[in-house]
Amino acid sequence: MTAVDDRPASPAEAPRHRPNPLHALLRNSWRQLTSMRTALVLLFLLAVAAIPGSVLPQRGVNPEDVRDFYTANPDLAPVLDRIGAFEAFSSVWFSAIYLLLFTSLIGCITPRLRDHVRALRARPPAVPKRLERLPQHAVVAAPEGGVAAVAETLRRRRWRVAVRGDEVSAEKGYLKETGNLIFHTSMVLVLVGVALGSWYGWHGNRLLVAGADQVFCNTRQQYAEAKLGPRVGDDLPRFCMQLDEFDAQFLPNGQASSFNAKVTVDEDGGAPRQAEFSVNAPLRLDGANVYLLGHGYAPVIRYTDRFGGTQTSTVPFLTTGDIGLTGEGLAAFPDANVDPDTGERNPDLQVAFSGLYLPTAPQEPPFVRSAHPTEQNPLLDLVAYRGNLGLDAGIPGSVYQLDQRQVRNGRLTEIGAKQLRIGESWTLDDGTTVEFVGTERYIVLSVRHDPGTMLLLVSSIGLVLGLMGSLFVRRRRVFVRLLPAGPGLPAGPGDPDSGSPTGGSSLVEVAGLPRTEHPGFAAEFAQLVAAIGAGGRVGDAGTDPGAPARPREGAE
Amino acid sequence: MSALSDQLVSIATLAYLLAMISHAVEYALGNSRARAVAAPSRELVGAALGSASAGGTAVGPLADVPDTAADIATAGTSTDGAGAGGAELGSGAPGRAERTAWRAELGGRIAVGLTAVAAALHLAALVTRGLAADRMPWGNMYEFVLTVSFIGVAAWLAVLVKWPYLRRLGLFLTLVMVLLVATAELVLYTPIVPLVPALNSYWFVVHVSTIVFASGLFLLGAVPAAAYLMRAGYEEGRRSFPYTLAKRLPAAAGLERLTFVLHAFSFPIFTFAVIAGAIWAEAAWGRPWGWDPKETWAFISWVIYAGYLHARATPSVKRNVVAWLAILGFLTVLMNLFGVNIFFEGLHSYGGI
Ligand code: HEM
Repeated sequence: MTAVDDRPASPAEAPRHRPNPLHALLRNSWRQLTSMRTALVLLFLLAVAAIPGSVLPQRGVNPEDVRDFYTANPDLAPVLDRIGAFEAFSSVWFSAIYLLLFTSLIGCITPRLRDHVRALRARPPAVPKRLERLPQHAVVAAPEGGVAAVAETLRRRRWRVAVRGDEVSAEKGYLKETGNLIFHTSMVLVLVGVALGSWYGWHGNRLLVAGADQVFCNTRQQYAEAKLGPRVGDDLPRFCMQLDEFDAQFLPNGQASSFNAKVTVDEDGGAPRQAEFSVNAPLRLDGANVYLLGHGYAPVIRYTDRFGGTQTSTVPFLTTGDIGLTGEGLAAFPDANVDPDTGERNPDLQVAFSGLYLPTAPQEPPFVRSAHPTEQNPLLDLVAYRGNLGLDAGIPGSVYQLDQRQVRNGRLTEIGAKQLRIGESWTLDDGTTVEFVGTERYIVLSVRHDPGTMLLLVSSIGLVLGLMGSLFVRRRRVFVRLLPAGPGLPAGPGDPDSGSPTGGSSLVEVAGLPRTEHPGFAAEFAQLVAAIGAGGRVGDAGTDPGAPARPREGAE
Repeated sequence: MSALSDQLVSIATLAYLLAMISHAVEYALGNSRARAVAAPSRELVGAALGSASAGGTAVGPLADVPDTAADIATAGTSTDGAGAGGAELGSGAPGRAERTAWRAELGGRIAVGLTAVAAALHLAALVTRGLAADRMPWGNMYEFVLTVSFIGVAAWLAVLVKWPYLRRLGLFLTLVMVLLVATAELVLYTPIVPLVPALNSYWFVVHVSTIVFASGLFLLGAVPAAAYLMRAGYEEGRRSFPYTLAKRLPAAAGLERLTFVLHAFSFPIFTFAVIAGAIWAEAAWGRPWGWDPKETWAFISWVIYAGYLHARATPSVKRNVVAWLAILGFLTVLMNLFGVNIFFEGLHSYGGI
């Protein structure tokens, strides 16, 4: 790892005339912001700021939990909400930290990028005068071809080589800095990808019941909940979809083992086609992906009113979260008991049935919990209500729950409860009947479009590759000097090895400098020396390449 | 098969416990060389030299130490600064001290042997569990913790092969292993069930194996980080409780480098694992990142470890702070492993789809 200085002020920036105080302030703040210390503090803050987002319920993850939190802490919740604690990751404080961090990051990598491009173009630096001072040092017999042969050996080992007279400088491991820059740049791109997704992306969730009469078309209005990025227009890509069949397999203990949804898709401009998707294998359409999030049963309930008119309703019963897929729902018939002759509506004769659906009812009561998610013993437990459902009152109510206010103020009366099996009907006190016809499957879909994912993917790959380069590659230099034959060697005072050799053949002095922490450098250097020396053999200078310069290892 | 796996886990826990005891015996008996246990007055000299040598020699796991002989010598040097005493004391009284040293050495070797046996049993438990379940044994928290701890111990054995003189760290490692495996067995145990459909994807193998691998290395990395903090304090002359434990540990500089090597190795793997998780989440849940509690804590760990690497690359940051960051990072990994499953409900709690 390079010892990175805390960005010393470069001499070029020394002020030439009296600095404008504002200018100086700005420049100092900038320098402060792009210092490694600041980056460290910001990184730490970012980690800390992410904690509330995991401890407190988040709207983006689970809005129901936020509602529950409000109920449980009526005093605290609004205060937390005001500081954005339920949307922690888009809150001002979280954004401020990461935006500062990324500004720091950009300020940090830009000069490094420039320097690195320069270093890539430049030749390795000249050979220092006193090679014996470097951490690795050896003197061996010169190879036959002299300097050219040394350069060739180094080049073959993919060193970047510069030959100056009798001297060769070589450097390797530029990929470290390249990797580091790719890594940090990728991080900026990841942020850009996220931003693209939140500006131009959209998603919506809805429930889709099986059957041809339940076709869903991709418009804003068709979604129970939808979130559109600020740059998304109202025209979502057009397609329609119908659920033909939903297949779910379960183990005897009720755990699901596989899901598969068969649909007919009608995309704009194409013929209708069959398609399948499941968990982990979304349906990828042009401009949107469809994900399977959940599933359940929708009982089909037929109500015959006082005038003999019948209405059939297929009502998705929302699963209550147990493993047996117990469903809870409401079948409302606000248009029941309308006199067919006069067309007169009696708002106090509206009917609704709320209840539980148990795909596999237990053998004995209480019938509150399904024993298995498959339909082995289907049972519909209904409570009937008659009166004013409150649907016209203009107060928004859930389609899946009875408006309890109407019950409390007496406008809606409970008139009995009954358990029905498929095909059974129940005659109410006023002679009207309700029949449990059967069930349909429904699935919960999430339809999404995120234009940033491709960029995210590419930059993530850059992130990992760059990181590996940055952490695993080591920058190092070697210097070689051809020594003239005979006496007069520049023997280093502290290095007896480089003392005058016997014989008149010429020698090379080799030195190595790891520029980053590099424990294996001594071994690599020894090998290199052996390769450079005459005939690949260590010369007679007495240097043992097996343990070259060990005591100096660790000097960086 | 499933019952066999459970039994293997119990025996492995026992083996880790025995290994820990043997390490403790080695520790208690003192230095591995007779010479070092000689005169009590040597202690002072040794301590002084010990701290001096920490800066100078830097015989860390990364130095190119030739195998065996030199390593044992290093172990001696790096404990009490006993190298100082070495030369003159070679002829010192053999007798009791020598025997004690021999016993300590034996204790250490037995400890390593037991650790290896425990690791083999641990692996066998995982394999049988995987065979019984007919899938990779990473389907729930119990299996997950078992696998992470196995990676930790396997990486530790690999480190030992390369740098045997670090053996004394084994006391801390086996302690962590006993705690983790016993917690898994006693608290987290779950009978075998097949994967829920949400997990049924090849991304399961890619994402989970890399997460497990990286977490195992982070686990191992936290051990020398903690040892470094104690040893560095000891070398600075502190003699109060946790620092005295470090009396016989390898030199602080070496521990610090080992910490770095392990983290530098596992950080890219962890990064990859998180990215693989995001790719999988895109396919399974429709978004690559949604700040689900597991995702949030993975993010926190990632940022802390990035902070660790930055801090280490910044000379003005004290090495103590750097080591604390590594430990903090591991605490966040633990939080993700245990805390998130226990305290929070998210998409990673696989109730259904
Ligand atoms: C989004 C926040 C950031 C993250 C997650 C991050 C992550 C990383 C990681 C994981 C490394 C390790 C590679 C290595 O040690 O060689 C690294 C290296 C580095 N980072 Fe960052 N970084 C961030 C921001 C910054 C900023 C703001 C700066 C400048 C102030 C910076 C400067 C550096 C430098 C100089 C290195 C190289 C250290 C070396 O030479 O070894 N980084 N970064």
